[in-house]
Amino acid sequence: MARSLGPVGDILGKSGRVALFFIRVLGQCLPSLGQPRLVIAQIYNAGARSLIIIMLCGLFVGMVLGLQGYDLLQRFGSESALGVAAALGLVRELGPVITALLFAGRAGTSLTSEIGLMRATDQLTAMEMMAVDPVRRVVAPRFLGGLIAVPLLTAIFDVIGIFGAQLIGVGLLGVESGSFWSQMQSAVDMRDINEGLVKSLVFGVACSLMAVYEGYFAEPTAEGVGLATTRTVVTSAVLTLLFDYLLTAAFLNS
Amino acid sequence: MESSEPGSSVVEVRDLRYSIGGRVIFDGLNLSVRGGEITAVMGPSGTGKTTLLRLLMGAIRPDSGTVTLFGEQPSRLGRVGLYALRQRVGMLFQNGALMSDLSVFENVAFPLRAHTRLPEPLLRRLVLMKLQAVGLRGAAELDTSALSGGMARRVALARAIVMDPELLVYDEPFVGLDPISLGVILRLIQTLNSTLGITSIVVTHDVEEISRIAHRSYLLANGRAAAAGSPAELRATAAPVVRQFMSGLPDGPVPFHVPAPDYREQLLGSP
Repeated sequence: MARSLGPVGDILGKSGRVALFFIRVLGQCLPSLGQPRLVIAQIYNAGARSLIIIMLCGLFVGMVLGLQGYDLLQRFGSESALGVAAALGLVRELGPVITALLFAGRAGTSLTSEIGLMRATDQLTAMEMMAVDPVRRVVAPRFLGGLIAVPLLTAIFDVIGIFGAQLIGVGLLGVESGSFWSQMQSAVDMRDINEGLVKSLVFGVACSLMAVYEGYFAEPTAEGVGLATTRTVVTSAVLTLLFDYLLTAAFLNS
Repeated sequence: MESSEPGSSVVEVRDLRYSIGGRVIFDGLNLSVRGGEITAVMGPSGTGKTTLLRLLMGAIRPDSGTVTLFGEQPSRLGRVGLYALRQRVGMLFQNGALMSDLSVFENVAFPLRAHTRLPEPLLRRLVLMKLQAVGLRGAAELDTSALSGGMARRVALARAIVMDPELLVYDEPFVGLDPISLGVILRLIQTLNSTLGITSIVVTHDVEEISRIAHRSYLLANGRAAAAGSPAELRATAAPVVRQFMSGLPDGPVPFHVPAPDYREQLLGSP
């Protein structure tokens, strides 16, 4: 049935399989929280090890926002609003999206290849034969680790980004420091923070889920694991941008 | 426990039929494994030896016929029942299948941590005892990546026996080992069987090695057991496929050549 629909059928079929796997992983999340050490190790793997790249990219994105924002705002004589522009852009949009994309490239790929290689070397089968559910022992902690890491990384990205914008705007281009911060403080409210938080949570679920799904069902060969890793990045990126559009529309409507 | 009494049947396979993707793997296979014995399952590559183990452990279901393990049919059990059954079985994988993110010690401790709540000192003692049995107590803190192929398989063996299983299943335990490591594994299989009374199934195609320790052997060919009996009885069997396998002849019922179009025509005919 799904095959006769061509590429649409492929996408539908895969969505269904991912959804079923998602339910299975969710069912094992609570039991796997009973072994917090496993989850914490994965937060460290996915989160702490991505810190450098997140901070570096956050700084650059913030600096670019400072330059571009200043150039745009000074045409209307409102360069003092630079702080607001940078903060809103980062918190609502760029922070969650770029963090998710970087996460997919840095942590998602390593999750996929790790689980795929465990499959290829019979480690997952061995667990099943030892009466240990690999979804509970291997997949759920990694999924949770990613899910928890992405919002935290996003927050760090936002903060460093705002610092970068301030560095360029105030330090280099001469925007007044007081108005940079005070306008930001009065214009950015909890709604904006919530939007960023919800987005980063959704992206975290999407990217982590795709990473563990592709790894778990990777063909157990060197080539299969390689292809699965590529699919993780591509699918995560597409899903992130798709959900970004949907969530932005929903938040602007509400 | 009744099922592991010496002489009683631990594994019964009756009229097993299994096919995958239109290819028939088993067609009327009968086999039984008696408690306390070492049973060898031999056969040329591709005869479904590993598939048989997967059927036995309930990872796949037979098309028809029955596979019975400790008096229960794995294919009829739900996840909980199947996992309970699997805890009574230790399995040694071809390449060891050790967890790459755990140390040697933690690999052996893995089933204990998953299924028991033993206090740490007791768990530590148990793991060290099992590692001592395979001669690798000194390697407890090593990373699995630092192990040779033979050592990895011994660690996997320690892991397989850490829950004190009633049945040990070995999937190609001799493949790719140097003669010394091979001798070590061979002796371990025999020692575990004779001292602990663990029933053992060894899937292999190393006729010479396994003949030295097996009580009973099955030779799989064409989807069924082509021969069964002690190693000596197997050697005396007249069936051509058994003779070819036991003496390692390159050509016979299992042909040297993969089916191909006519040689002469392919070389001289128009492309």
